[in-house]
Amino acid sequence: MRLLEICFREAAMQIQLNGEPSQLDGEQTLAQLVDSLGLTGRRIAIEVNEEIVPRSLHAQTRLNDGDSVEIVHAIGGG
Amino acid sequence: MSQLIQDTPLIVAGRRFASRLLVGTGKYRDFDETAAAIEASAADVVTFAVRRTNLGQNPDEPNLLDAISPSRYTLLPNTAGCYTAKDAVRTCKLARELLDGHNLVKLEVLGDEKTLYPNVVETLAAAETLVNDGFDVMVYTSDDPIVAKELEKRGCCAVMPLGSLIGSGNGLLNPATLALIIEHAEVPVLVDAGIGMASDAALAMEMGCDGVLMNSAIAHARHPVMMAHAMRKAIEAGREGFLAERMPRRQSASPSSPFAGRINA
Repeated sequence: MRLLEICFREAAMQIQLNGEPSQLDGEQTLAQLVDSLGLTGRRIAIEVNEEIVPRSLHAQTRLNDGDSVEIVHAIGGG
Repeated sequence: MSQLIQDTPLIVAGRRFASRLLVGTGKYRDFDETAAAIEASAADVVTFAVRRTNLGQNPDEPNLLDAISPSRYTLLPNTAGCYTAKDAVRTCKLARELLDGHNLVKLEVLGDEKTLYPNVVETLAAAETLVNDGFDVMVYTSDDPIVAKELEKRGCCAVMPLGSLIGSGNGLLNPATLALIIEHAEVPVLVDAGIGMASDAALAMEMGCDGVLMNSAIAHARHPVMMAHAMRKAIEAGREGFLAERMPRRQSASPSSPFAGRINA
């Protein structure tokens, strides 16, 4: 049990998600994060650490502890 | 009809637009009203903002881009709300990703929240970075002819001076400087911000502006769809008036009916 706890603690990650701290349960790709947020297939754009991650690379982009992720969409404006 | 001068389309960075009215998508009651007003305006170019997605609330909420189809309109993402060149550049890159590589953007870098007046120092820096990164940059700026020229030198594809403060509806407060910008520009000049009424839009076009971009004048009218239609006609009337070239002004009267043949002569 103790070993499991340690493994879990090591795997858990904290990221900044749209400016708020967010806990991830273990390693995740960007595509998995998007899916867990219910945003798969939505018209969004994503930046990790202030760099664009193209949609085609979401599935192969692994998130790291401390990453800062921005997810944006289009809204009304002038 | 043969007396009508054939107008050329508005051409911005090689893109041709039949309408010289460009519209925003903010401040409407809902997406239905947004879509109806834009339809009535007959605009080809529609601007929108980029913001953080609300996470974990309602992922199925309607999306602006469902109401305003990218296949029907030329979408013009803007950097409204950015106060630094860095934020504006990041926002443009996010918008390009959002629209699958579409590279036409409206750059605006603001000075403060009270005036929303352009910060031209940051705007010039952002314009240079964006043009070098392959963006076609339509730039919101102050009505300063020197700054307008500097933005043009940095490769901006259209210069868009304010008529008056964003959302103020105060019309064209400084037509003299606007005229200077139009006179010296070699890229399209569009008035962006400040339009309040149809006559403001017509005046901008009569002066020789290539187009007008507006949002609040339509969205905050009591009847937005009707105002959108009024603006469409104002832009067309102003443009045709410009092409037809106005009569000379004179100090004295000049009767339209002949003196000769009056019954009391």
